Amino acid sequence: MRTFSYVSAPDVETALRAVAGEPNAKFLGGGTNLVDLMRENIERPDVVVDISRLPLTEVEELPGGGVRIGALVRNSALAAHPLIRTRYPVLSQAILCGASAQLRNMATVGGNLLQRTRCLYFYDGASACNKREPGSGCAAIGGFTRNHGVLGVSEHCIATHPSDLCVALAALDAEVEVESTRGTRRLPLSEFHRLPGSTPHVETALAPDELITAVELPAPVTERSRYRKVRDRASYAFALVSVAAALDVGDGTVTAVRLALGGVAPKPWRAVEAERVLLGAPATEEAFRTAAEAELAAATGQDGNTFKIELARRTIVATLRDLLSDGSAA
Amino acid sequence: MTQTLPRTHEPSVGKPVDRVDGTAKTTGAARFAAEYPYPGLAHAALVHATVSRGRITAIDTTEAAAIPGVITVLTHHNAPALKPPRRFNPLDLSTMASGTSVSYLNTDEVHWDGQPVAVVVAETLTAAREAAALVEVSYTTFASTVDFKAEEPNAEPQKGNLLMSGSAKKGDAEAALAKAPVRIEARFTTPPHHHNAIEPHATTAMWDGDRLTVHDGTQSIDWLRSHLALRFDVPVEGVRVLAPFVGGGFGGKANIWPGTILTVMAARATGRPVRLLLTREDVYRTVGGRTPSTQRVALGARTDGTLTALVHTSVTRTGRVGGNPEQVTSQSKHLYDAENILVRQNVVELDLISNTAMRAPGDSIGTASIDELAYELGMDPIELRMRNEPERNPIDGRRFANRKLREAYRLGAERFGWADRTPEPGSMRDGRWLVGMGVATAFHPAWQFLANVTVRLSVDGSVLVRCGFQEMGMGGATAQAQIAADALGVPVESVRVEYGDSSLPLSPAAGGSMQTASVASSVLTACEKLRRKLARLGRPGDDPAAALARAGVPSLEVSVGSDTRIGRLTGQVRFLSKLIRDQRRWMKAASGAQFCEVRVDPDTGETRVSRWTAAFDVGRVINAKTAVSQLRGGIVMGIGMALSEETLVDPRTGRIMNPGLGEYHVPVHADVPPIDVAYLDEPDPTMPLGLIGVGEVGITGAAAAIANAIHHATGRRIRELPITLDKLL
Ligand SMILES: Cc1cc2nc3c(=O)[nH]c(=O)nc-3n(C[C@H](O)[C@H](O)[C@H](O)COP(=O)(O)OP(=O)(O)OC[C@H]3O[C@@H](n4cnc5c(N)ncnc54)[C@H](O)[C@@H]3O)c2cc1C
Ligand code: SF4
Repeated sequence: MRTFSYVSAPDVETALRAVAGEPNAKFLGGGTNLVDLMRENIERPDVVVDISRLPLTEVEELPGGGVRIGALVRNSALAAHPLIRTRYPVLSQAILCGASAQLRNMATVGGNLLQRTRCLYFYDGASACNKREPGSGCAAIGGFTRNHGVLGVSEHCIATHPSDLCVALAALDAEVEVESTRGTRRLPLSEFHRLPGSTPHVETALAPDELITAVELPAPVTERSRYRKVRDRASYAFALVSVAAALDVGDGTVTAVRLALGGVAPKPWRAVEAERVLLGAPATEEAFRTAAEAELAAATGQDGNTFKIELARRTIVATLRDLLSDGSAA
Repeated sequence: MTQTLPRTHEPSVGKPVDRVDGTAKTTGAARFAAEYPYPGLAHAALVHATVSRGRITAIDTTEAAAIPGVITVLTHHNAPALKPPRRFNPLDLSTMASGTSVSYLNTDEVHWDGQPVAVVVAETLTAAREAAALVEVSYTTFASTVDFKAEEPNAEPQKGNLLMSGSAKKGDAEAALAKAPVRIEARFTTPPHHHNAIEPHATTAMWDGDRLTVHDGTQSIDWLRSHLALRFDVPVEGVRVLAPFVGGGFGGKANIWPGTILTVMAARATGRPVRLLLTREDVYRTVGGRTPSTQRVALGARTDGTLTALVHTSVTRTGRVGGNPEQVTSQSKHLYDAENILVRQNVVELDLISNTAMRAPGDSIGTASIDELAYELGMDPIELRMRNEPERNPIDGRRFANRKLREAYRLGAERFGWADRTPEPGSMRDGRWLVGMGVATAFHPAWQFLANVTVRLSVDGSVLVRCGFQEMGMGGATAQAQIAADALGVPVESVRVEYGDSSLPLSPAAGGSMQTASVASSVLTACEKLRRKLARLGRPGDDPAAALARAGVPSLEVSVGSDTRIGRLTGQVRFLSKLIRDQRRWMKAASGAQFCEVRVDPDTGETRVSRWTAAFDVGRVINAKTAVSQLRGGIVMGIGMALSEETLVDPRTGRIMNPGLGEYHVPVHADVPPIDVAYLDEPDPTMPLGLIGVGEVGITGAAAAIANAIHHATGRRIRELPITLDKLL
């Protein structure tokens, strides 16, 4: 870890001023990702602005049936919140599939959105990595690619966004509210994270001086939603593939569907193509499979991760099938 | 004929006696190697090479040295001289101690990716680590061979030595195989592994002139002491190694790795006490792990299941800078009564850090595909094993000192409910889950080495046992207290055991599951001596303390073995000759039957172990609690081996890419089912008190049982460990 200066911000105003004009500043939320990366000398901020005391810790119900989540709400508090558990079970489940209880107690919503990839070569200072050092190359290609992507990747970077929480947010049409000394703006989660293209070091649409203040969810299309995470051990591992899904069926036909994938792409992957195929289609395993195949038609794998294409197809089908049987049982 | 003193206390051997060090550990009073405070303590951090073979052309320490608090940056330009390690000599087992043959910081050559090329010493740990990241090293690189898969065809036959044989044969196995009416042939691969003890390696070292005190998380204080004296060219009498608490080792702390040497060197160079606490990444880069292997197994049988041929060959790797060939085929010499047997082990040397022992080297990864043959024959796998259960050691006809594998299978099968299994693969389900049941044999040889001890009885009734063995959490000290208590007829609470200090009488290293038996043997001898002396002092009916009181003697001490140079040498010679004699006469081993149930998700291939029963023949169990913990711990490690553990060595560079617990997947709680451990508790007549070591046998057979259960669940034979879900899609 390198020497840095530290500012503890009591309010948003102070936090924003502390980073304004400071080219190499970082906000510190729960610190569960930033501090690790600083220890590895991958993040080397000159200034660390501690935002963990900001009063952005509420989960509030919105007039239209939606919910507003403060950026500093801890992951475990969010997962346990009654509004989230009843209306957005997929979100609660996604959070509880992630990390460990201790980490979830520390981790914040804002930090989770901005957590960085788990690519082994990104973490290794001795390896070439376009994300860490633009233009140095990508050592992952031709190397160990088990936790790498098959959708939305580029020849410059094949890393995945590792979050579970964000996959649920993607399925729930979340919006992100950000603030800087220049003002406040909102953007859909789908536009928050960027695909790598030729600039894998640019990961989001956030400016360096912008603070995430809240995430808002519209009223859910259905409360019948769930999260399925497939990984290399029963707990405490990142997703190889995960699926966030919400499904509503009327007269045997899909009347509403939301589907997002984790572990397969540089960003939480909203499965737009699969949703298009499913909407109005019969709610059958066959239709689920067709939809999954449509979504993964463009997927490309490496030696170590091509299996994810088939695994993602199967996990989509299994998750939708489970949702369907949950519903009929209820 | 000595008169006997009464034994007034209930025997404690076999009881689940609480660990003697339990309170110290739970309250934090127990000090580990990186927790010794010294005035003026300095902290060290390592800089690792990032090439697998080459020469350092420049090393720039300016930026590092400028970090406030940095005392020095040691490199090959300014490091104190080291003597080279010595060649292996059976009369001095400490010659096996060196992790690698490299003279750290005494050379500009790089032999593996991860080799330490500089050490920063600073006033604080933070400053040391910050500065270490700023050391700039340039290299010229040389061609290197690091890809095990690619190099494996170039493997050469392994040479045997006293402790390990490379090849063995009986009859003509290949010819018998060709003629066998039923045969199977398979190739298995296992990946490299790392130990991941909870306490990363750590050393605190302090010099006082030529006298050296070292706190080190080690499995072998005696080796370490001799080795440091040799490398730093000081009299061995002046070197003291202390390791009263070690947070797990599993073989990773048996040898001496660069971190220890470099801490001692840093203390020498700075004149300060120095502490080095390896990061988890440092451990992966500077401590060897388990070799990968590829194995060929071929079995030939008659239609009634009688084995006519068993062929088992293996390839493993060592480092060009050291390491021992892994005895992968060992079990194939002992498990089945095949008429013809051929085992052969081959090795390749690579430009990687030396491999090293990891829990049950060889025996834990060796695979006998008896289950596959059972399916080929349409026979129950246990029945097939029992049909081929030998009366004598198959490879050479030696007698077994103890072999109750039949009883272990019977006991295990009953507790597990093997009879409820329907043999057809894929035939058992629980909802959507595919259920499979598998079984395999556990087997690990039993060893015994030289241990010196003293036992002292005081008039207040307290007993002090002294022996420089090491306690890594196995329960060794508790077991020895129980043994001494029973041998003297005193309550276990009155026995104190001193261990983990090189100033105590010599003990063998903790490894090979032999420490408890080795020390026990000498403790028993000492206690017997003591009882004879007491009997002369007291009267019939006296308890031991009363006998002392009557004679007006405050305490009485006896010793076994001598710690003088000559005493050690003669002890070693005596023991080696006994070892060789014993080895000719007996095959000694722990064995057992591992039963497990797995559930496999038919959509995703996720495998979860849902149930486990193991029944062991480990002779007499000294402590029902700690022995079962050892066996259970071995099984947990076997679950990791079967399903998730793998060190990722990049074949392009030789660099380990997952040096941490985040991406090296050991089992977490959710991966481990309730584990039912049973044991026969019948003494092995050739071992002290009839006990056989339990440290390693638990892991053996565990991965095979899981692989067999997965086959039963899915019909798929996965022969490449770990069995990750992609292999089942
Ligand atoms: C061992 C381990 C296992 C894990 N497993 C999982 C898992 O299975 N699934 C999963 O989803 N996650 C997992 N995680 C990641 C964990 O969820 C994230 O580390 C956590 O969510 C980050 O939140 P934080 O508040 O601690 O972020 P921090 O570490 O504080 O910050 C992360 C980044 O976000 C920035 N930041 C933080 N808050 C704001 C804000 N309000 N506005 C602007 N920028 C901000 C910081 O500057 C920093 O760049 C794991 C982490 C660890 C260490
Ligand atoms: S995949 Fe991306 S993060 Fe990983 S090494 Fe390549 S460029 Fe870096």
